[in-house]
Amino acid sequence: MPTIVVEVMPKAELLDPQGKAVAGALSRLGKGAFTDVRIGKRFEVTVEGEVTDAVLADVRELADDMFSNSVIEDVVSITVADAPAAL
Amino acid sequence: MRVGVVTFPGSLDDRDAQRAVRLAGGEPVALWHGDHDLKGVEAIILPGGFSYGDYLRAGAIASFSPIMADVVDAANAGMPVLGICNGFQMLAEARLIPGAHTRNAHQQFIRRDQRLVVENARTDWTNGFTEGQEITIPLKNADGRFIADAETVKRIEGEGQVAFRYVGVNPNGSMDDIAGVTNARGNVVGLMPHPEHAVEEGFGPDTPAAMSSGVDGLTFFTSVLERALAK
Repeated sequence: MPTIVVEVMPKAELLDPQGKAVAGALSRLGKGAFTDVRIGKRFEVTVEGEVTDAVLADVRELADDMFSNSVIEDVVSITVADAPAAL
Repeated sequence: MRVGVVTFPGSLDDRDAQRAVRLAGGEPVALWHGDHDLKGVEAIILPGGFSYGDYLRAGAIASFSPIMADVVDAANAGMPVLGICNGFQMLAEARLIPGAHTRNAHQQFIRRDQRLVVENARTDWTNGFTEGQEITIPLKNADGRFIADAETVKRIEGEGQVAFRYVGVNPNGSMDDIAGVTNARGNVVGLMPHPEHAVEEGFGPDTPAAMSSGVDGLTFFTSVLERALAK
């Protein structure tokens, strides 16, 4: 079954406390070359049947209205992925 | 006056909110997230807790509950709605009030007796206070950092929609020390601290008079009752 991948990131101008905590850990590990880390979310939505324009429009609406909150986050990508190969 | 308190999966303070309504002289009515039934109440409280484990974003999944459609309609028709902590987050997610919430700036859960200044004493839930009055009620949250874009902050500051501000300490990095906001009409109020935990002597914050004797939260609930009586 096809999977649609939605990626959501905190808005660039907002403090991302999670990313800041990881960046702090990197600097303590001596990885000071990595100056910033930001943490977002990835949604993998599996859909039954074909990925039609209507399905994509549905996912776009969900991405805007539910998966993200436009006050604090941006939807940065919506892509169709092939079913992952069995591990 | 019948005041509904909605219970969601993961609500913690629904019983405390019901008790606060009773102590203020109202009749608490338990409402259920999965219903489309407001049971004839005249005001609604969205209580604190961790609905749906705060998954996705705090308050987000609850804001899509069946009953929230009815709550939004009632709020838009003028019914008083109070969102406390997780309920505040739901109000923001449902776009009944401006702004949003993110993780506390210092990343930690915090619990403290918090001083606030009442900035707007004209709303359905704050009219028993006076503007500029300082109150102390408990605060306990992880995702309490109030955020809005600069234009929105300017607008709500200008139009008196900041209802409460933190005093002394900004416990979570909220913009402009904002602890609570109201909609333009003044019937919907959301705040991060918990008035329902400061309604009975012996169980509230400490005061100079005596330990645990703070009852500043009671005024939220008497405000809505008295305004209803005055109508």
